[in-house]
Amino acid sequence: MIFKKFSSPGLMVLAGSLAMLQTSATNAAYELNMTEGVTPISQELYSLHMLVFWICVVIGILVFGAMAWSILYHRKSRGAQAANFHESTTVEIIWTIVPLLILIGIAIPATGTLLDLEDAKTDADITVQVTGIQWKWKYTYVDEDISFVSNLAQTSRDVFKDPTGNENYLLEVDEPLVLPVNKKVRFLFHSNDVIHAWWVPELAVKQDSIPGFINDSWATIEEPGTYRGQCSELCGKDHGFVRIGVEAVTEPEYKEWLASKKAAAAAAASAAEQEWSKQDLLARGETVYKANCLACHGVTGAGIPGAFPAMTGSAIVTDPDPSAHIDVVVNGKAGTAMASFKGQLNDVDIASVLTYERNALGNSVGTVIQPSTIKNAR
Amino acid sequence: MSSEITHDAAHDEHDHHGPAKGLMRWVTTTNHKDIGTLYLWLSFIMLLYGGSMAMIIRLELFQPGLQWVEPHFFNQMTTMHGLVMVFGAIMPAFVGLANWLVPMMIGAPDMALPRLNNWSFWLLPFAFGILASTTFMESGAPAFGWTFYAPLSTTYAPDSTDFFIFAVHLMGISSVMGSINIIATILNMRAPGMTLMKMPLFVWTWLITAYLLIAVMPVLAGAVTMMLTDRHFGTSFFDAAGGGDPVMFQHIFWFFGHPEVYIMILPAFGIISAIIPTFARKPLFGYSSMVYATASIAILSFMVWAHHMFTVGMPVAGELYFMYATILISIPTGVKVFNWVTTMWKGSMTFETPMLWALGFIVMFTIGGFSGLMLGVAPVDTQYHDTYFVVAHFHYVLVTGALYSIIAAFYYWVPKWTGHMYNETLGKIHFWWSTIAVNVLFFPQHFLGLAGMPRRIPDYSLQFAEFNMISSIGGFAFGLAQVFFLYIVIKTIRGGEKATDRVWEGATGLEFEQLPSPPPYHSFTEAPPVR
Repeated sequence: MIFKKFSSPGLMVLAGSLAMLQTSATNAAYELNMTEGVTPISQELYSLHMLVFWICVVIGILVFGAMAWSILYHRKSRGAQAANFHESTTVEIIWTIVPLLILIGIAIPATGTLLDLEDAKTDADITVQVTGIQWKWKYTYVDEDISFVSNLAQTSRDVFKDPTGNENYLLEVDEPLVLPVNKKVRFLFHSNDVIHAWWVPELAVKQDSIPGFINDSWATIEEPGTYRGQCSELCGKDHGFVRIGVEAVTEPEYKEWLASKKAAAAAAASAAEQEWSKQDLLARGETVYKANCLACHGVTGAGIPGAFPAMTGSAIVTDPDPSAHIDVVVNGKAGTAMASFKGQLNDVDIASVLTYERNALGNSVGTVIQPSTIKNAR
Repeated sequence: MSSEITHDAAHDEHDHHGPAKGLMRWVTTTNHKDIGTLYLWLSFIMLLYGGSMAMIIRLELFQPGLQWVEPHFFNQMTTMHGLVMVFGAIMPAFVGLANWLVPMMIGAPDMALPRLNNWSFWLLPFAFGILASTTFMESGAPAFGWTFYAPLSTTYAPDSTDFFIFAVHLMGISSVMGSINIIATILNMRAPGMTLMKMPLFVWTWLITAYLLIAVMPVLAGAVTMMLTDRHFGTSFFDAAGGGDPVMFQHIFWFFGHPEVYIMILPAFGIISAIIPTFARKPLFGYSSMVYATASIAILSFMVWAHHMFTVGMPVAGELYFMYATILISIPTGVKVFNWVTTMWKGSMTFETPMLWALGFIVMFTIGGFSGLMLGVAPVDTQYHDTYFVVAHFHYVLVTGALYSIIAAFYYWVPKWTGHMYNETLGKIHFWWSTIAVNVLFFPQHFLGLAGMPRRIPDYSLQFAEFNMISSIGGFAFGLAQVFFLYIVIKTIRGGEKATDRVWEGATGLEFEQLPSPPPYHSFTEAPPVR
């Protein structure tokens, strides 16, 4: 299972690595340091980081310099005779006090920066609730009645085995978080399942989203652009693929986006009123399945034995009475990893994925579930 | 002079109380040297086992994309690698060294509680057998990281988690019993004249470490027991839906976990404090301040745990306190480094293999200390937390720190233990090979972390490809170097140039001054004179 294609290990790795180092050198991203970012806090953090770094460098030069000097000059092969001193209260006191003063020098700016960093409540212009869900984010604009789920883009999922040449591999999301520049945005973090952490380096926001807690943080983005990040707290199998995309836009563009988002929500609501054909439901269901269910229940519906149950042949899925199936998807199953999807997917999505699960993945129950059924089940 | 007397005593010992023959010698042994050997071999096997999982991790991270293993299996590897290295490789190695060395250093015939000693060792192979077996279970091994944060390790964990919990309990019992034994030995069995402030620093650091272990292993046991009842008996310690608190898990875990960090480094300080003076031919500078620094680090280690949790959303006052307390630890740690450097200053140094490893320790452990100071600065930890910068930091302190000290200890004391010198050329090759490889392995991880790569991910976007590939190459080279070390170990045990009783020109301490190489089965049947 582990060594799927190792033919002649040593040589292949070596040759491969040399080749790739060479080709990648042209467009290499040998990034060495922390980003300065695009918020006042991220710049403060960067300066503090550099301050502590240079202090360490200076201490390092002194300590390693003294060591190197002894190694070069106080060696037996040069005829060095060992001295016998082994105690001096004075120097012990000096090298306790001097580091203490240096630490105070670090602690003072660090305290100021920490107080700024934690001041999320004062004068926030926009509040966005960020919900961590295995393995995606849900964003809710608290004052705007807008809410959507953001996943890793399908383009990355298609090339897991060989992403060569795919520049945006694991960077793009299907729906980025859109925010206006020069506004103080307050984030509220929460989780539906396990602990996640929402991190965008350029925004200098990293905060755990924890079930049962609401944490906050903030950012005022000063430059329009696309900023990317990802989950940084191990949250299970697909932790590496919980990506974050933030689009920072100007105020008018933001207003425009809000309007289009609201219009799309209205369109989706009316679509839920209609009767859908089986083909349409199946087609849409496949997309929804890939984005939401595949990670646990598998490409073929086989699940992961002992961890995640199979879809194929499942008693709930193949039961001609769909009510248990609808219930588990809409409300989740307490005490397990099965999430409640009523807050993540709309009626059409749930209806289509249920129809898909019943008529694909090796199942052929035949039932078609309409969005209206889901609406009533909520 | 006195070595002649001890030689005779040794002969008598062999006649009456030599080791039993065959396999049962090792199963039923109550001898501190035999048990020390068992611990060290277990630790080496675990190093290679944990190391092979690291190889799988580095193989998958060699280039972007998912080529070799599935993400679920990758998470099992990072989890098991951490658990095996911490509980299986580093901790047993130090206990093994304590078993071999403490009685010889304090002038005792054996450990105070020899049968307990046998049991505390023999729990471990079973504990790790149970832990390793989870990899072959249907759900796979635990996949929630060695820190096993709830609720990922409770509600969302694979079925094999219960085996993990039982294994952790066994390891904890073993550690607590081992610690009781070490404390009882040090406090009761010192030769007349061996006052506390005359003890070698290795004995001192182990005495303090043993207290840390007794204090925190029960906390870990409590954490896994709460996990167990949450999983099966309807409690909600860590389940917010039942009124529990997932963050409380982290507080409990790190109240164990931070002292645990010092459990893995304090004995290393003791080893380095023995080796540097020997090869500088000059007494250790600031012995008493070394003792006080060790004690300060141990006490502070109980008061800084939440610096592992700066992003969980603590109150600002809490974050400020934990930041101040954390960066304060750099003072006693700095004192130690300054003392070692001053010990070298105006010495008459030679650079045999143990000295090379000790010097490597000082330089690279200090680099790990610098990144530790940076991580302690709470606001900037926003950018460092849970990235490869952290991975680089703790591997500098644990691999080039703890592991380097263990390897240094091997080269330093193995001539005493076996009576054979190791091959100096091979030892030096081992050092330079490992040191170049380990820096190629871990130094670029600082850059990866700063540039934004989180830890515990099986795959990454393309901007991290170059440094990951370099790091993986270093990883494979470092792994191979430890297989080479296995060859050196076996070769040295089987034969080699005869070691003198003193072994090193500048060596001090009862084990070098009062015992032959190899020492008799029971070290001191009569208390040696202590200067």
